[in-house]
Amino acid sequence: MRREHAVCALAQIPPGEGRSFDIGGHKVAIFRTRSCEVFALQANCPHRGGPLADGLVGGTTVVCPLHERAFDLRTGTGLGHEDSLKSYGVRLSPTNTIVIAID
Amino acid sequence: MKRQQLVVIGNGMAGARAVEEVLARGGGEQFDITMFGEEPYGNYNRILLSNVLSGLQDPQDIYLNPLAWYKENGIRLHTDARIDKVSRPGKRVRVAKTGEITPYDKLLIATGSRSFIPPIAGLTLPDGSLKPGAYGFRTIDDCHNIIGQARRSRRAVVIGGGLLGLEAARGLVNHGCEVHVVHLAAHLMEQQLDSPGGAILKTVIEKMGIQIHLQKSTTAVLGDDRVTGLAFKDGTTLDCDLLVISAGIKPNAELGVRSGLTVERAIVVDDHMRSVDDMSIYVVGECAQHRGRVYGLVAPLWEQAKVFADHLTGRKPDAAYHGSKLATKLKVMGVELASMGLTEPKEERDEIIQFTEPRRGTYKKLIVRDGRLIGGILMGDISKAAYLMQAFDRDSPLPDERLSLLFDLGTPSQKVTLDEMPAASQICNCNGVSKAAIGACVAAGQRTAKSVMEKTRAGMGCGSCKSLVAELVAWFCGGAVDEDPSIHYYVPGIPLTKPELIKVIRERQLKSVSSVFEALCDGREDAASKPALASLLIILWSGDYEDERDARFINDRVHGNIQKDGTFSVIPEMPGGVCTPAQLIRIGEVAAKHKVPLVKLTGGQRIDLVGVPKDQLPAIWRDIGMPAGYAWAKSYRTCKSCIGSDYCRFGLGDSMALAGKIEKRFRGIDSPGKLKLATAGCPRNCSEALVKDVGAVAVEGGKWEIYVGGAAGSHVRKGDLLCTVDTHDEVLLYAGRFMQWYRENAKYKERTYTFVQRLGIERVRAVIVEDSDGIAAALDQAMQESVDATKDPWLEAHALKTPNQFAALIRAAGE
Repeated sequence: MRREHAVCALAQIPPGEGRSFDIGGHKVAIFRTRSCEVFALQANCPHRGGPLADGLVGGTTVVCPLHERAFDLRTGTGLGHEDSLKSYGVRLSPTNTIVIAID
Repeated sequence: MKRQQLVVIGNGMAGARAVEEVLARGGGEQFDITMFGEEPYGNYNRILLSNVLSGLQDPQDIYLNPLAWYKENGIRLHTDARIDKVSRPGKRVRVAKTGEITPYDKLLIATGSRSFIPPIAGLTLPDGSLKPGAYGFRTIDDCHNIIGQARRSRRAVVIGGGLLGLEAARGLVNHGCEVHVVHLAAHLMEQQLDSPGGAILKTVIEKMGIQIHLQKSTTAVLGDDRVTGLAFKDGTTLDCDLLVISAGIKPNAELGVRSGLTVERAIVVDDHMRSVDDMSIYVVGECAQHRGRVYGLVAPLWEQAKVFADHLTGRKPDAAYHGSKLATKLKVMGVELASMGLTEPKEERDEIIQFTEPRRGTYKKLIVRDGRLIGGILMGDISKAAYLMQAFDRDSPLPDERLSLLFDLGTPSQKVTLDEMPAASQICNCNGVSKAAIGACVAAGQRTAKSVMEKTRAGMGCGSCKSLVAELVAWFCGGAVDEDPSIHYYVPGIPLTKPELIKVIRERQLKSVSSVFEALCDGREDAASKPALASLLIILWSGDYEDERDARFINDRVHGNIQKDGTFSVIPEMPGGVCTPAQLIRIGEVAAKHKVPLVKLTGGQRIDLVGVPKDQLPAIWRDIGMPAGYAWAKSYRTCKSCIGSDYCRFGLGDSMALAGKIEKRFRGIDSPGKLKLATAGCPRNCSEALVKDVGAVAVEGGKWEIYVGGAAGSHVRKGDLLCTVDTHDEVLLYAGRFMQWYRENAKYKERTYTFVQRLGIERVRAVIVEDSDGIAAALDQAMQESVDATKDPWLEAHALKTPNQFAALIRAAGE
């Protein structure tokens, strides 16, 4: 069942970085880009399990810190390879709380 | 001459491919071609159906030949048109639905195969159709139906743990239902794997949340009018509301039976791919049986299509198919796998070469007979697959050094590999495209990987060779005049060389990475360029640099080296490998207190606490109370030292004290690549100072030789002698000046061994020692500013730089 979770205040994630969250047992990496968009993806790289929240973010791309696999933050689609990530719906509440929808 | 009628029954991968081969041989002039396909669609790549099921690819993406292709080549295509009768005496075929009759001169049967439906009680309804909730996995329609049902399902079961069954299971996981795989044999994928390989694959797949039941024989499908569960021979049952049957394939050979052709497991053909009963009828693909074998992989099918086309068009009247050696490269649920020939030795003289690393899911096994490869399994790491599959296919003799069959020993670069690869070596095993064919295509004017793939069809089968094709295209384009200027840029996103970029950054006073993107590329960030820019800005602005942590690699955000499991290492400063007893005890106590999994001496004469979770870093740093050793960064790393003149009976100079001074001065200095230093108290060089980025060696007469550009890692190079000086202070001066010049002029990630070799030691000596360019004072001053601006980053343990800087996993607020 699809359920929304209020995760944390936007300010808990610095601009251009990601953090890993445990949301009701789901490990989710949440990213805040420098242009203040927020995206949520499965937390670990399907390649070798790298922590994607520790990756480098540029535009709408994140690069895994272990072996430099790139993914599109918007869709989780792999860039230049066939692995892809689960992506979650995100919205900001009127008080700038990050809200994630999990099926 | 009147054109002959070629009729093709089957518009799948085999039929369409065979027609392509005919057209490629000018067959369009000889034949009017008519094709009949049973499905209401064009022709698609069945190999990619599992991607459609898992949602990775849209059905539109897997079509091979668009309808326009048929039109352009003058082919009459009838879809949704099953042929139910071939009248051989009259040379005519009949469409089942409409009764329409089409005459032929030559007929190709390429009806392929369908899912084998095992005789399980309750699986089918009285009319022979599958019970609602049960599906085969063979067509786009099957995919659509499975996806539709999966959305409503809680538990799905796949019968069959072969390749297709596992692919189906992977697809189902993406739709959110609980997935079980029921398999009759004792291990998974018994066609391609042996028992240990199957066991490792099982572990990997179970980690993805799929439950595997082996040696499980299904006796009944439960449920009155739709599937509700399964009953097994061992008396157990399993509830489910979605059932996918993937228990193998059954050739569609009924048409052959009805037409009076010899059919055993499939329609029997001769070496020209002709029916043994009728000179006008050819058969290719999964409905053909050649020398007793029926092939279910694409590579044999492509070979058959070529033989058929050669023979049909008369290009090579003696073209003959001799059977295929089965070798395949595939990806099962993200696990890369290559398999060829036998999975177990057959004779006593067969030799087995084996490597197992179950925790990483790596398994390699080769079976060698008389020095030739007759079977092999590679799982997890298939880097040697291309070489081995070729050796297998050609029956070529193997090197005596068997270890090199499994691993790349030494480090031959990619370029050498491409250079050395023989022209005939097959790049795309699906479509049989050689290195030479790719070269010819590039020579004919195709300059991009995409266009070469489209022209040659390389990479258009399973797709696993795409990256190799791209590399080869780049390689073939390599010497051409239209060189890509971006190779000279400092970072890919900004069309400026390093000196040009430095000039702009200084002129426009750009002090943060985001301001560089803002000023030079309209704010478009490029992830890979960020650390390179950050490194450059730190070097240019020292204390005035505006630190944006998102621009830095994770190591530089949390001041430790990330390990394969996402933990970090802690290495405190230890100049020349020297510490006090109190420090040593404290490190030990801290490691014990924080239950650090591994304590290890590093190659740089320091102590490494390995496997520390991110959120424990600050506490460990506080407890250790020593400065950071910068073992994570592209920066000054460490200075090794021998025991020197204090105790060593051969010591000529005080190398330990010098190492201490070097480390105290240069610690934390960022640079384009790592800087590893050493000092040696005599020319015996126990600290290996000759193979360091900068090394100082004491020689007789109280002097020090300074070497630069040495390396002893993946690359080995003896450093070049820069100069000989008299004092520690002079070593610090010239070493610092050299490092500053390197910082300002080397490419990002370019180590000193490349830098010095690229410029030549004479040029380096002229600038650093003779001050030929008049920049020595400026270099010294810039280095001093950097030294002054450096702060111990482990002090961030007391004052975080960013929110949740060291959080490993944050529990969501509302949970």
